[in-house]
Amino acid sequence: MFQLDLFLHAIFSAPLFKGALLTIGLSVCVMAVSLVLGMGLGSMAGSPRPAVRWLVTLYVWLFRGAPALLVLLFVWNGLPQISEIFRAGWFTPFVAAFLALSLIQIAYLAEILRSAFAAVGPGQREGAAALGMHRWQIFLVITMPQALRIAVPALMNEFISLLKTTSLATVISLKELMTVSQFAIATSFRFLEWYGAALVYYLVIVSVLTLAQNRIEHVLSRGYR
Amino acid sequence: MNTQTKTDLPHKAAIEVAGVNKWYGAFQVLKGIDLTVNKGERIVICGPSGSGKSTLIRCMNRLEVHQEGSIIVNGIELTNQLKRIDRVRSDVGMVFQHFNLFPHLTVLENCTVAQRWVRKLPKKQATEIAMKYLERVHIPEKADKYPGQLSGGQQQRVAIARALCMNPSIMLFDEPTSALDPEMVKEVLDTMISLAADGMTMVCVTHEMNFAREVASEVVFMDGGQIIERNKPDILFSAPTHERTRRFLGKLLH
Repeated sequence: MFQLDLFLHAIFSAPLFKGALLTIGLSVCVMAVSLVLGMGLGSMAGSPRPAVRWLVTLYVWLFRGAPALLVLLFVWNGLPQISEIFRAGWFTPFVAAFLALSLIQIAYLAEILRSAFAAVGPGQREGAAALGMHRWQIFLVITMPQALRIAVPALMNEFISLLKTTSLATVISLKELMTVSQFAIATSFRFLEWYGAALVYYLVIVSVLTLAQNRIEHVLSRGYR
Repeated sequence: MNTQTKTDLPHKAAIEVAGVNKWYGAFQVLKGIDLTVNKGERIVICGPSGSGKSTLIRCMNRLEVHQEGSIIVNGIELTNQLKRIDRVRSDVGMVFQHFNLFPHLTVLENCTVAQRWVRKLPKKQATEIAMKYLERVHIPEKADKYPGQLSGGQQQRVAIARALCMNPSIMLFDEPTSALDPEMVKEVLDTMISLAADGMTMVCVTHEMNFAREVASEVVFMDGGQIIERNKPDILFSAPTHERTRRFLGKLLH
């Protein structure tokens, strides 16, 4: 039967807490890098040069098509086979997971941001250009904030989805939330309590993210109410 | 500073358009346009839709690129050099049909953003200049509102103030009242009339013939990508020389 005291012990145990921190840390790192690079890729999708647009399309096609599990295993096991560099000590499961998940996340965010940039409309760029603003100033101050506002709900969806996808990194023995739970279960055989505890962590993190989303949307929609 | 791109000599012409041709694909939208706008002149461009008048005014600050001919603004020729274009643009204000205010910024921020990023002015000074021009267009009390909270006429007046904050020597108006409800047209035209009274060099694409009659030094009539005729408003309106002008004015006045 379900033992409440064991469940509580699991929730407040150090390994699970550390695992959760690792899950959050990995997700935040992947999301931050993917946001910046996805934004670059997303704005390149509107490039006047066909070769650039074609490259973006190719990248998105590849990394939206490849399953996360496959990319994880490819990066962790495949890259060391390709080059000496990936056999060194710095290539930890965390780095591999970060690399693999970023590759995928960039593709998804590029698509979201591409449509968000397109939705801002040419009038905004023209209005700013007519004032003598440079291209990067227009991007930074005029287009990007408006595109982000449009993209926030979809971006948060992707962040939440990413947070849970990090659990796949258990296959490359990254000690994130799910791996830690499996370890505990392997010695205790208490499935309900440990899975339950892990679930609580995921739900708490996602709840915090949802609250953050409301807050961000509120701030970015000033002027649209 | 490059002497080729900057002339400190007193230049009589504010805008010199010479032999400009422009195509959208196979369609020629501007055909051999020659037009000089002298300093202090107020030119109204009118003509049927599709005549190329908006395209022409948008070429004057290179929002559109012309393929042949030359356009010289305050002595600077418009070419692909981005630095030159940005300099010309910061000295030429433009007001659009759909305002193009920045919806995520307050009215005040709309008026200070280019001052701060382009002119590199400190916040305090930019704010003072912005408030001066918001008072000039009679809406200083809306400074902390967002564009979405304003009426069309108010938004267009903010757009005029935003352009004036850059202290331009030329103002371009691309159908500034066409998207407005009839009762809001007057407040925008009044603002433009007061600008004209101050001696601002202006080029306006508009169908407001009463405005043209009142403030224009000259009216230019365009059709089919060409300038058909150009004359003082009273002469052009009472005795147009071309049949096409007569037909257009006939439709507009009835």
